[in-house]
Amino acid sequence: MLVSYKWLNEYLPVTEDPIKLADQISRTGIETEEVFLREQGMKKVVVGHVLKSEPHPNSDHLHICQVDVGESEPYQIVCGAPNVAAGQYVIVALPNSWIADHTKIKKSKMRGEVSMGMICALQEIGFPEAVVPKAYANGIYVFNEPHTPGESVFPLLGMDDPILNLDITPNRADTLGMHGAAWEIGAMLNEKPQFTKPTVTETGAPIDDLLTAKVADDASLSYHLRIVQNVHIHESPLWLQVRLWNAGVRPINNIVDITNYVMLEYGQPLHAFDYDKLKNKEILVRHAQPGETLTTLDGNDHELVAQDIVITDGQDPIALAGVMGGLSTEVTEKTKTVVFEAAVFPPTPIRKTAQRYNLRSQASTRFEKGINKADVLTALDHAAQLAEQLAEANTAKGVLSPANMDVLPVVVDISIDRINHVLGTTLSTDTVRDIFGRLGFGVEEADGLFTVSIPPRRWDISIEADLIEEVARLYGYDNLPSTLPEATTTVARFTPIQKLIRYSKRSLLAAGLNEAISYALVNEDEATEFMQEKSVPTHLDWPMTKDHAVLRQSLLPGLIDDLAYNIAHSVKDVALFEQGRVFLKDDEKTVRPREVEYLAGLISGQWQGRAWETTEQPADFYLVKGIVENYLAPLHLADPIRYTATDQYSEMHPGRTANIYLGDQLLGFIGEVHPARTAAINAADTFVFQLNLDIILAAKKVALMAQDAPKYPSVTRDIALLLPEEVTNAQVLATIRAHGGEFLQNVQLFDVYKGEKLPAGTQSLAYTLTFLNPADTLKESQVNADFSRISEQLEKQLHAQIR
Amino acid sequence: MALQDELTKIKNDALTQISAAANLDALNQIRVQTLGKKGALTGVLRGMKDLTPEQRPVVGSFANTVRDALTAAIDQRHTELAADALQARLAKETLDVTLPGRPVHEGTMHVLDQVMEDVEQLFMGMGYQVVDGPEVETDHYNFEMLNVPKNHPARDMQDTFYITPEVLMRSQTSPVQARTLEKHDFSKGPLKMISPGRVYRRDTDDATHSHQFHQIEGLVIDKHITMADLKGTLEVLAKHVFGANHKIRLRPSYFPFTEPSVEIDVSWGSKAGSDDVTSKDNGWVEVLGAGMVHPNVLKSAGVDADVYGGFAFGLGPDRFAMLKYGIEDIRNFYLNDQRFLTQFKQEG
Repeated sequence: MLVSYKWLNEYLPVTEDPIKLADQISRTGIETEEVFLREQGMKKVVVGHVLKSEPHPNSDHLHICQVDVGESEPYQIVCGAPNVAAGQYVIVALPNSWIADHTKIKKSKMRGEVSMGMICALQEIGFPEAVVPKAYANGIYVFNEPHTPGESVFPLLGMDDPILNLDITPNRADTLGMHGAAWEIGAMLNEKPQFTKPTVTETGAPIDDLLTAKVADDASLSYHLRIVQNVHIHESPLWLQVRLWNAGVRPINNIVDITNYVMLEYGQPLHAFDYDKLKNKEILVRHAQPGETLTTLDGNDHELVAQDIVITDGQDPIALAGVMGGLSTEVTEKTKTVVFEAAVFPPTPIRKTAQRYNLRSQASTRFEKGINKADVLTALDHAAQLAEQLAEANTAKGVLSPANMDVLPVVVDISIDRINHVLGTTLSTDTVRDIFGRLGFGVEEADGLFTVSIPPRRWDISIEADLIEEVARLYGYDNLPSTLPEATTTVARFTPIQKLIRYSKRSLLAAGLNEAISYALVNEDEATEFMQEKSVPTHLDWPMTKDHAVLRQSLLPGLIDDLAYNIAHSVKDVALFEQGRVFLKDDEKTVRPREVEYLAGLISGQWQGRAWETTEQPADFYLVKGIVENYLAPLHLADPIRYTATDQYSEMHPGRTANIYLGDQLLGFIGEVHPARTAAINAADTFVFQLNLDIILAAKKVALMAQDAPKYPSVTRDIALLLPEEVTNAQVLATIRAHGGEFLQNVQLFDVYKGEKLPAGTQSLAYTLTFLNPADTLKESQVNADFSRISEQLEKQLHAQIR
Repeated sequence: MALQDELTKIKNDALTQISAAANLDALNQIRVQTLGKKGALTGVLRGMKDLTPEQRPVVGSFANTVRDALTAAIDQRHTELAADALQARLAKETLDVTLPGRPVHEGTMHVLDQVMEDVEQLFMGMGYQVVDGPEVETDHYNFEMLNVPKNHPARDMQDTFYITPEVLMRSQTSPVQARTLEKHDFSKGPLKMISPGRVYRRDTDDATHSHQFHQIEGLVIDKHITMADLKGTLEVLAKHVFGANHKIRLRPSYFPFTEPSVEIDVSWGSKAGSDDVTSKDNGWVEVLGAGMVHPNVLKSAGVDADVYGGFAFGLGPDRFAMLKYGIEDIRNFYLNDQRFLTQFKQEG
């Protein structure tokens, strides 16, 4: 809402600097985004009287004008506008003047003719296209009455009027009219606004002789019509045009301008119909019949639905109620008789209709958010009065009011104790009474109990909390004390999943992976990639873009996206992890997916880059596996972890990927991203893992019990094995463990060799076995016995040769 | 020559040699030559068998003092030479201490997570429970329980991603408020919670908008919670996150789930808190929204609004991080350029 400082001053004296005023309004009620002064940065722009206009001899469109700018001699100004003519009063930017966009106008020569400045269009002096009257949209602006040549145009065109841009929240639609804004600012300044009640002369015919009106099925809660006869359609006087364009509304003609002006004044949208174009002289407000059509003022055709409320001429729709009028009854230059409509329409249907036909307007916005039901008739009367004054009209006698409503103040009781209890203040009853008084509320008080009577113009207030807000904001939030909630001890602690999530992040950060936060909404293809659990994707009903249309079912597509972004920006070596939710559901019928906490990591390129004294180390399977093992170990999961080679993931390398099982449950997977995938984004070999944290959370854990540090020395034995190639490390470990005896403490793989030096189809694995008896010094003979039993079993079960 | 004279000579000669020994090898040589099995001293003592029984203990005792003296001298010289040798070695052992150390791999926590953890820690210290909620929400919890019925104009303030007409991507963390309120047993004490998490809006991604961002919701409900408590709590928050020299101010605003509703500005920039309203930069920036919980919200959750009340606030970690670190494009948070991510290492 654009609030004119000058207009405001008509209702109450405001002397405060506009910028300070705006800040004050922001601090007590409504955020005021900016204060705007159209003349800012411009100077030496004056009224000019065109005395003579002749075609330029060297041009087919320029005119050479002699313009009286209040100097002793007329100025010669070359003008290219098609509508320039002798006799006009126009806007002249003098030599060395400044116009919009920091443009300086100088004396110049145009095709050989001296030009002492420029005759301006409104756009050239800072008016937005949207408010420039259509007649002057493609040429210079011409004043519709004489002014003194040389006089500054800024006051004439309202350019010296500071405009406050109020950003009105949905609850304060009462300030979408100047009266409401004046009440608000008056309460703040402790000034009561004064409004003149409109008076209508009613010199026309009785309205009942001209028209009938009916409202069917509660389509309007309050519906009123007046008719003005013998209207003369022309341009509005400049003062009215100024009010409109300073409020961001384009002047059109006097009747349309009156409806817009009254809307800006009271917040009450009005509509004007051309009476003579009504096929039947009977207005019927009703819901549309499906299939009915209407061409709106903007020239667009609409096929209506039953939820739309329409104004009809008894038969056909002539307007979409509260949203936009119909073209068939538009007020034009030829209009003689006008029907003014002031009504209250139900908010929801108006909102739906405006959305359905993409016709959001100043009127529909106000009906959606509510209007002052006490001022409907006043606004209608003011429109008629203005038509009498500005369109030389005769108002028909009487008002047609086929729907009416009782408009009563709302009474809310509240105690001073309640107010102080909620705000944490010690306000006196006098202070509070004063605040209610400033707002123009009726107030009675006895023993600290207020009975507050709220006028209909503040329909946002109906409960105690609403009144407390009024007190708080006008008392001033700066004056509120600053305390902390009374000390009642509450215990704050993380839940098990919160702890697990925080541990997960700590572990991977310590391992050297950087935390990423990727988009949880992915594209259709990504949605089904890298999935470790069976699930169907969840789609957004109306996505913004195809890139973010489906809920992720794996964290890895996001990390791959991140990798691609890094590669595209020349970062080749990437180590990332993400902790977040994936969204899984068993079938299409399920609407809400399960939200499962996952953890995933990705390492691509060099893990250890080139550095002196350190060799490069590209990422590989075992690097990532080490990170996963290191992450899982402190969790003390009771069931064993198993890594099983798998080729089930089409996005993964079929020979370098493993499922990770916890007992018999699939916990996640680990491996190399399929080389075709990495090649597509120019990435080096890339290794990833993903784990389901909810499974870890639910899994059985082993309690950590302390053990004394060993008092007796341990004994180690190395064993090197020549094994068939297909024997896995896991098999060797299992065999050693199974036959290790009670003193075998640890088995450490220290060498793996496959290659030319060995017979084909074989490999060499070497382990260090550590034996320890916590209760006594181990005897050499005992270790030897254990070691040879292990060796025998390896030979027997795995066809190992001890080397 | 009597044996004693020989011993004295051996001693004197050896002492001279010992003090002249230039290195540990030479010293060792002297030790072997003098005290070793085939050394001079041993040689002389072999002559003891020719002495009379009366002379033997006298000479033997003398020989022992010679051996002790020589052993002590050799040990001392050994210590001196070892020290010299170490000194010489150390003199040669130098490093270019300006060469860089070997890299240690340690990741960086995402800056948004850092901000959230920081806020979390502050509020946990004040006894607030951290509560998580679903990201796929129902219209019921995301809107209706928060005093935003269907067709409420405030729904325009948030464009929401719907999955079905009743199920949506949460557009705020406030539904966690409603869920927790509904479950809380007030006979066991007040409710103090915060809820950090991802939220989603139907926005076109640009420098200041993102279809995915984060929020931290806060809620305190008890019998005697005041708006002054809200102001004090947010002051603590602002000073904790932005620094002790920052002030806050409350401005009236509108949220359907609070009444009164306020927006919170924090003093900022070179003109911090100046209130210089003649300038676009008036020394304040908006950082969060808050208010006293609307009675309808309490009633919807089955809480007696005549007895219980309190405050709620919602802040944006994305906005906090952008302000605190001067980040100008919100998309940086979700594109995960590793160079962007790893710069946020600051402790202490």
